[in-house]
Amino acid sequence: MSGYEVFNFDVLVIGSGGAGLRAAIAAKESGAKTAIVCKSLFGKAHTIMAEGGIAASLAHVDAGDSWQAHFKDTLFGGKYVNDWRMVMIHAKESPEAVRELERWGAIFDRTQDGRILQRAFGGHTYPRLCHVGDRTGLEMIRTLQDRTVALDIDLFTECMITRMLVQDGVIVGAFGFCKDTGKAVVFMAKTVILATGGIGRIWRITSNSWDGTADGQALAYEAGAELKDMEFVQFHPTGMVWPPGVKGLLVTEAVRGEGGILKNKLGERFMKKYDPKSMDLSTRDVIARAINKEVKEGRGTEHGGVFLDISHKPAAYIKSKLPSMYQQFMEFADIDITKQPMEVGPTCHYAMGGVKVHPETQESTVRGMFAAGEVAAGLHGGNRLGGNSLSDLLVFGKRAGYAAAEYAARVKKFESFDKEKLNMYQDELIAPFNGARNENPALLHADLQELMEAHVGIIRNGDKLKEASQMLTALKNRYARAGAIGDTRYNFGWHLCLSLKFMLTVAQITTLAAFERKESRSSHTREDFPDSDPEWSKKSIIIRKNNEAPELSIELLPAMPQDIRKLVGDDLR
Amino acid sequence: MNREKQEAVFLIFRGSQGKGEYCEYRIEVVDGMVVLDAILDIQARYTQDLGVRCNCSAGKCGSCTVEINGMPKLMCKTRINDMPANQPIKVGPLKAFPGIKDLVTDVSWNYEVNKKIASFAPDEKTDWRMHQFDVDRVQEFRKCIECFSCQDICHVIRTHDKKDKYFGPRFFVRLAGLAMHPLDKAPRMQFIKDSAGIGLCNVTHCCTDVCPEKIKITDNAIIPLKERLADLFYDPLLIVIRKIFKRR
Repeated sequence: MSGYEVFNFDVLVIGSGGAGLRAAIAAKESGAKTAIVCKSLFGKAHTIMAEGGIAASLAHVDAGDSWQAHFKDTLFGGKYVNDWRMVMIHAKESPEAVRELERWGAIFDRTQDGRILQRAFGGHTYPRLCHVGDRTGLEMIRTLQDRTVALDIDLFTECMITRMLVQDGVIVGAFGFCKDTGKAVVFMAKTVILATGGIGRIWRITSNSWDGTADGQALAYEAGAELKDMEFVQFHPTGMVWPPGVKGLLVTEAVRGEGGILKNKLGERFMKKYDPKSMDLSTRDVIARAINKEVKEGRGTEHGGVFLDISHKPAAYIKSKLPSMYQQFMEFADIDITKQPMEVGPTCHYAMGGVKVHPETQESTVRGMFAAGEVAAGLHGGNRLGGNSLSDLLVFGKRAGYAAAEYAARVKKFESFDKEKLNMYQDELIAPFNGARNENPALLHADLQELMEAHVGIIRNGDKLKEASQMLTALKNRYARAGAIGDTRYNFGWHLCLSLKFMLTVAQITTLAAFERKESRSSHTREDFPDSDPEWSKKSIIIRKNNEAPELSIELLPAMPQDIRKLVGDDLR
Repeated sequence: MNREKQEAVFLIFRGSQGKGEYCEYRIEVVDGMVVLDAILDIQARYTQDLGVRCNCSAGKCGSCTVEINGMPKLMCKTRINDMPANQPIKVGPLKAFPGIKDLVTDVSWNYEVNKKIASFAPDEKTDWRMHQFDVDRVQEFRKCIECFSCQDICHVIRTHDKKDKYFGPRFFVRLAGLAMHPLDKAPRMQFIKDSAGIGLCNVTHCCTDVCPEKIKITDNAIIPLKERLADLFYDPLLIVIRKIFKRR
């Protein structure tokens, strides 16, 4: 393999999920020469797995809802370490984002009077989630996909980015390869928007698709950007626990939104011990910890979970509101959810932390690099509410697209990039084929997942985190020997070698941040510091690369103006 | 339920550009495992360069479609204990599309076809009120995960290779979803007849049988479109009236 093709764009979007597509649409509509590059085929991004809905205060079901209420709920859910400005923008702009999807052809479930229907969800005061049964993400992707095609946006599918091109501290493009041939490809771009999604594949039990390998977080870090809130990783309380192949697969919160109840082996509705007010619709962090405790104390089910039961609802209703769940349990586990309870347990679901961005433009701390969606940090604070992810993708994808196009219009085109560096990136790309490298990437990945599951999971403590850091260093040493066999065409093992670099980098950063935050707050639970510390409610942990190692610093959260503070009420400490 | 570990034999296609052979692999399987679990296990243990396309592992993305014992199926949804016991499980690439490597095929033709379809064109004056009963049918079509099983099994594509004249079931579903959208105003029927070539479909229901989302492709999408076309273009009374008044 030698040589590479070079392409030129104003705006290069990495990722074809909701944020990436929405960003590309906005950039293209602004007149920028735009391309999307993604690892999967078009329309397969992890967004399609989103089930429950899009949170937006349309107030179709309960007229009491408002952006202010959504704002307050999101901050409460995030335990006040969110970027309040992002929370406000999100709450104000998500209703329009949903209506926009409808105008592009999305068909949401309807209210009696023919408007977009909304359902209740954990942490939302009002029924707020616009949905299509339990396949809202698919509807969103198909709609954005159609719009992308209509706008004739350039697409590079099954193409993986391994390096950002940085020149004098400014982003000038990205480097990667195409999976079908294995050939290297260079994108010269005035701006790059990262929309690469999450990091779930670092853990063994996860709801994330195979693409959730922390690419964007690691690419940004390597390019010198600041990462924020990396200790906050959401474990969704309800993933499937059996059979083994789908362990971790998401069981949508919509089951509880539609009236499903949680019970332990003894048949007790255990949530009344942990959150008597919200019960089964408490926030995800609270329920995940509760289930974890029930199982640890011996009240779990046969496969190490708890029961989630919706069989008290009419079968026809369940099949119409939760068709995918009905099918999923029928096909994978031989369970008829209209008659039997499901077995569920926590699963690694979402990274609240990520690339630190400007709340309005989504620009990272590196010039020319933007980030939107799960890869960006700020909106969700310490814990994300269900439904706030899909709206996040639309609201901030759009903003990133506009801001990137505007930026691109202001800067000159970069003609070329340092040839030596490109050669280095190419060598690095094919390095796993060096015959002396005999470490199996699949086994290395399994060991990484096991380590993160055991040491950097739902319940953490300082000793274990310290141990994890040391073990990660050992894994990194093993990684230097990780090798691929065969040729460069569609080689899964090779792709895994390259992804592992991202995962190891981000695992290390997450562990470091988790060690530093010496308190328990929302998704981050420390056995050795079980209480929330009011001092920490004002601070974020920032990590950036310095001299080839992660450097940690503490940043104060932006203060909320008095009039905004009033919206939040007395909860804010 | 039987939880004991058992050995399963897989015959997996290895090769590229359609040339290659089926190689045998043996692994231990446990109850509840799907074919994708087995393939990824084989890959991890014995042959890490095995070309496989997969993503969600949950039957939602439609990436991992291959032919299992000659039928298009999602690997992630095909349970090993549903396969005939004591027989090797044969896993190969989709037959209707060019091979890239091992189990991965080039399905780009589908995306090219998709580009030809005009996007949703709503009535400009609409207030966006739609009733659930108005959209039930269209929502069925929008469940499609684009796994292209229906495209692979359809004999017009698979056997007769009419890719230049015929869009295939996936895109009749997409077109039906647009044509039956309560607010869509784009003229589509001539396109469905001429460009999409729906007339070549002879309603054998093969596509419906393989759809993992259980969309009634033939009965709910293709036949109603064919009926509309018959009304518009082949109604003898209308033909006479059009002739008399010289209107199309």
